[in-house]
Amino acid sequence: MAEVEETLKRIQSHKGVIGTMVVNAEGIPIRTTLDNSTTVQYAGLLHQLTMKARSTVRDIDPQNDLTFLRIRSKKHEIMVAPDKEYLLIVIQNPCE
Amino acid sequence: MATRAQPRQLGRAGSAGAETLATGGASAEGPGRPGPLQDETLGVASVPSQWRGVQGIRRETKSCQTASIATAEKAAQTRKHVDAEVQTEAPVPVSAPSVSSHDDPRLAAFLRRVEAMVIRELNKNWQSHAFDGFEVNWTEQQPTVTCLHTLGYPPAQGQGLHVTSVSWNTTGSVVACAYGRLDDGDWSTLKSFVCAWNLDRRGLKPWQPSAVVEVPSAVMSLAFHPTQPSHVAGGLYSGEVLVWDMSHPEDPLLWRTGLTDDTHTDPVYQVVWLPEPRHGHRFQVLSVATDGRVLLWQGVGAGRLQLTEGFALVVQQLPRNSKLKKPPRGETAVGATAVAFSSFDPSLFVLGTEGGFPLQCSLAAEEAALTRTPSSVPLRAPAQLTFSPHGGPIYSVSCSPFHRHLFLSAGTDGHIHLYSLLQAQPLASLRLSHKYLFAVRWSPVRPSVFAAASGEGDVQLFDLQKSSQKPTVSIKQTQDASPVYCLEFNRQQTQLLAAGDAKGTVKVWQLSTEFTEQGPRESEDLARLAAEVAT
Repeated sequence: MAEVEETLKRIQSHKGVIGTMVVNAEGIPIRTTLDNSTTVQYAGLLHQLTMKARSTVRDIDPQNDLTFLRIRSKKHEIMVAPDKEYLLIVIQNPCE
Repeated sequence: MATRAQPRQLGRAGSAGAETLATGGASAEGPGRPGPLQDETLGVASVPSQWRGVQGIRRETKSCQTASIATAEKAAQTRKHVDAEVQTEAPVPVSAPSVSSHDDPRLAAFLRRVEAMVIRELNKNWQSHAFDGFEVNWTEQQPTVTCLHTLGYPPAQGQGLHVTSVSWNTTGSVVACAYGRLDDGDWSTLKSFVCAWNLDRRGLKPWQPSAVVEVPSAVMSLAFHPTQPSHVAGGLYSGEVLVWDMSHPEDPLLWRTGLTDDTHTDPVYQVVWLPEPRHGHRFQVLSVATDGRVLLWQGVGAGRLQLTEGFALVVQQLPRNSKLKKPPRGETAVGATAVAFSSFDPSLFVLGTEGGFPLQCSLAAEEAALTRTPSSVPLRAPAQLTFSPHGGPIYSVSCSPFHRHLFLSAGTDGHIHLYSLLQAQPLASLRLSHKYLFAVRWSPVRPSVFAAASGEGDVQLFDLQKSSQKPTVSIKQTQDASPVYCLEFNRQQTQLLAAGDAKGTVKVWQLSTEFTEQGPRESEDLARLAAEVAT
């Protein structure tokens, strides 16, 4: 229990990190540092996008698989670390 | 019998023809002539009833009885009753369910696996400059600022009226302008106009507004309702505040203050709509005038605007500022010429004054104002902080939509001051014009961009990221350098900017992409700018 919280805290305390969340395989958020509505929105959309990205990678080469997803936007950088059971989503303000 | 006999005697005396006629029946009996009439008595004939005799009357005795009615007493009653209430509530988004404890080891293992990678990427990202200056062009670029429409109302222009105020409606498709005069300062009885053009309508006629309202006095300020697309509030030179519904051209007036004790006694330089404190969807009109009063009006029935709250500015009650002269004795009103509300704190506003110093004010102020002006509600003193002054009256103030503390002011000294609410001294002072500056507005989309309207006929666009000294683009609104009095960004169609001038024309400018697309980290840059200059 404490280990999970501590790990999330370590990530959250990194420079420029705006929010961290863990999403399960159904796209339901189970840990978050953001407010409820933002979390639900991010979780739902990024879960879909990650699944799409993974199927794209695997369709191109069945031996291959998605390991990490980074989205660079004008305002943020969104990072998604996927796994069979969970997704870790980190939203960061990019460097100065 | 005697009567029957008579014709026969007559027949002897009269003609034979008459006899035949009268005794036609008798003559038909043939030659057997009846004998003389005699009495006859006939026996009684009786005819027995055939029916009765045959049928006779039969009688039989029968009896019947109903079975006895069985009665029994029973009682029925429902004992239990249940009340159930059903109500729909605002849909609650899926909440994050707490993970049951047996999930935790797996979650922990997952996090252990990915933590190193995520932290590595976070660090890399923080140090990387790979994307600096990288921009993607998703939309077609608009390289220059161009004039889309030149609008005007010839009858108003013929009277030499100026455009004193412009406003976009809530949908961003209608621009309205107020006609009045800023130069003569006289209580003229010249009628004036409020005109509106719907830019999205096909067949837009630039010289023929889609709605025109005639007003008995010069209109100094105009503001569209924040949610009702056709409602517009206006402040008159006479001090009156009116609200029109532009969708009813034949009878547009909705509410007016009338000329009462509460009404402003000086020109109303700005009107703004404010949400009511406890009803976010209902709005009140706030008006500021050079009589030193800031009044909040609410539309009530019978077309009247009723005063709900009032504030008065008196020199003696202003927070002291070393640059201001010691006030004289007695009460002296401070004329307010412009107002801007903070985007972050709904009760906080900045007033521009005739004295040239901006004032930070609050709607929540409690202190009573030292004024003897008659009023139906107690007037309060709203000022909280006096900023250091311009060299002349302020005509326009604007609060940044992206930073809690920054605001701009522009005045007759041709300078724009960038202030922070945290300090009296301006953070920056830019000299833009050798003449007056009449309007300044922050861009609603780019944190570091603002526009200013100058007395030399220019609309100047500033990008603080590019230069904090020189305008990035300066566009000529009027050919003969007559002043531009007002400008307003469109909050819906953010590439549009409307500006009105002394020629009585409104020009709608299409801004280039550099003024409409927010760059990366622009809000942060603005915050840094605010912090840097402050220290």
